[in-house]
Amino acid sequence: MARPMNITEKILARSCGREEVQPGDFIDARLDLALANDITAPLAIKEFEAAGIQQVWDKEKVVMVCDHFVPNKDIKSAEQAKLVRDFARRQGLTNFFDVGRMGIEHVILPEKGLVVPGDVVIGADSHTCTYGALGAFATGVGSTDLAAGMATGKVWLRVPETIRFNYEGEPRRYVTGKDYILYTIGMIGVDGALYQAMEFGGGAIRNLSMDGRFTMCNMAIEAGGKSGIVEPDAVTEEYCRGRALREPVMLASDEAAGYKRVIDIDVCTIEPQVAKPHLPSNAVPASELADLKVDQVVIGSCTNGRIEDLRMAAEVLKGRKVHPDVRTLVFPGSQQVYRQAMKEGLIDIFIEAEVAVSTPTCGPCLGGHMGILAAGERCVSTTNRNFVGRMGHTESEVYLAGPYVAAATAVAGTVTVPQEVLA
Amino acid sequence: MIFEGTAHKYGRDVDTDVIIPARYLNTHDPDELAAHCMEDIDKDFIDRVQPGDIIVAGENFGCGSSREQAPVAIKAAGVSCVVAASFARIFYRNAINIGLPILVCPEAVREVEGGDLLRVNLDQGEVEDLTRGRAFQADRFPEFMQKIVAAGGLMNYVKERSGGSNA
Repeated sequence: MARPMNITEKILARSCGREEVQPGDFIDARLDLALANDITAPLAIKEFEAAGIQQVWDKEKVVMVCDHFVPNKDIKSAEQAKLVRDFARRQGLTNFFDVGRMGIEHVILPEKGLVVPGDVVIGADSHTCTYGALGAFATGVGSTDLAAGMATGKVWLRVPETIRFNYEGEPRRYVTGKDYILYTIGMIGVDGALYQAMEFGGGAIRNLSMDGRFTMCNMAIEAGGKSGIVEPDAVTEEYCRGRALREPVMLASDEAAGYKRVIDIDVCTIEPQVAKPHLPSNAVPASELADLKVDQVVIGSCTNGRIEDLRMAAEVLKGRKVHPDVRTLVFPGSQQVYRQAMKEGLIDIFIEAEVAVSTPTCGPCLGGHMGILAAGERCVSTTNRNFVGRMGHTESEVYLAGPYVAAATAVAGTVTVPQEVLA
Repeated sequence: MIFEGTAHKYGRDVDTDVIIPARYLNTHDPDELAAHCMEDIDKDFIDRVQPGDIIVAGENFGCGSSREQAPVAIKAAGVSCVVAASFARIFYRNAINIGLPILVCPEAVREVEGGDLLRVNLDQGEVEDLTRGRAFQADRFPEFMQKIVAAGGLMNYVKERSGGSNA
């Protein structure tokens, strides 16, 4: 009988064929998927080819998504994306997603059933930790790590210590997974989980939708975490049904599993949150920022670009117009999200509200294109980072929030809680 | 390996967006990236930095995006080594993988001032402040990582171990 383990340790033990692992062990983990995008793949391809390697280890398991600077934003981006396109064709990658078929990588991989519970995934994108929501171990790496993974199907990992977060209680109205995670990062800081896994559990997580869980795991990196994870349950099973391309392996933490820390959070006390510039840990209740004028609102991204997020935004925007001084942009996270939003009439609601709706792209989140800020401009955004210059000029400001607060702010023109708009 | 150079000092949580802003990620050419290194935190850095200079920074250096272009830009700018109180994990891996020397040495970070002349002995993990006549001992890399460094980076390490079977 192996020692009691938490879910992260169990997944990693399985991935290296061991009965048990413990924090601090160095392992060679077998990969179920290796991911890159149009920004990180070019460097990985360069390393891969410079090493003289002919073929990727598995053309179904090396996934490439052009999502950051596409549709090609300028000539240099076009050339980088072409390098990725050419490589994907040459290698015959089954899972290569380009304009018209693509979405934001961390939205489409789960949506298409490419990641399943129990998987070990690396991605050359820091928000790869999103897939932990499915009960998988997923972590961001750089391009060279990815190149090695593309070649060998393996990655070296140090088994992380885990912090267990228990969320209990009934959330207040308009409090979402985004508010839970901003609150949590505010509590532990941007390096509060450095090198560690963040395991999210408790009654309030059991009651949280898959989309809410993706949002939470997505931002584990903003606390320095190696990964975020939720133990799979009935919600996960329902999400995987008819979608998972491989047999899910649903693991759970043993009752006696070891944790570096256990943090209990009573969600009843959490108000809708906003993280002020220039760190995601600067979270405060949105109500404390009333009267702060904004120039732009962005709703979308790998953090909050899923259908539930658009439904929340539409709930606030329905029958209203955004403030005349606010440019409001909605980025559905995938073609499927876009289409579902159309079917549900959400796109009509957005256009009626004078919101610009875009094809899926990472776009303004990282200051790429489609909504860059000028000096002195302020944006409320459902994205994940508010670093200096993240969305444009170094003298612009990004305030992070969930879709309800973002939509309410778009209507009011100042940071606003949804209750005020919907009252 | 021994490096000598002037310290460029920064605070905590220096993120990869300020090390190399995303607007410049439409290229992966090291020299083009280097031209914008640290631009959003220290506009004149690239004009001041001399080959061999050393970046000294607080906790969580390199947090945020996984962009390997960040350590690539620092290395191509001529920086010999980064000494920090701690590193964000993806940056840490990336630096080792591409052969940018890094050291974790909170004590040095507390004592060293920007402009000090430093000498770093990478193998001994020693940081010497020649301006102040002080020496500090950095943490050792775990043995496993020393092997990657000794192989000259991750791809070489992988090739050595696979015996070129997939090459």
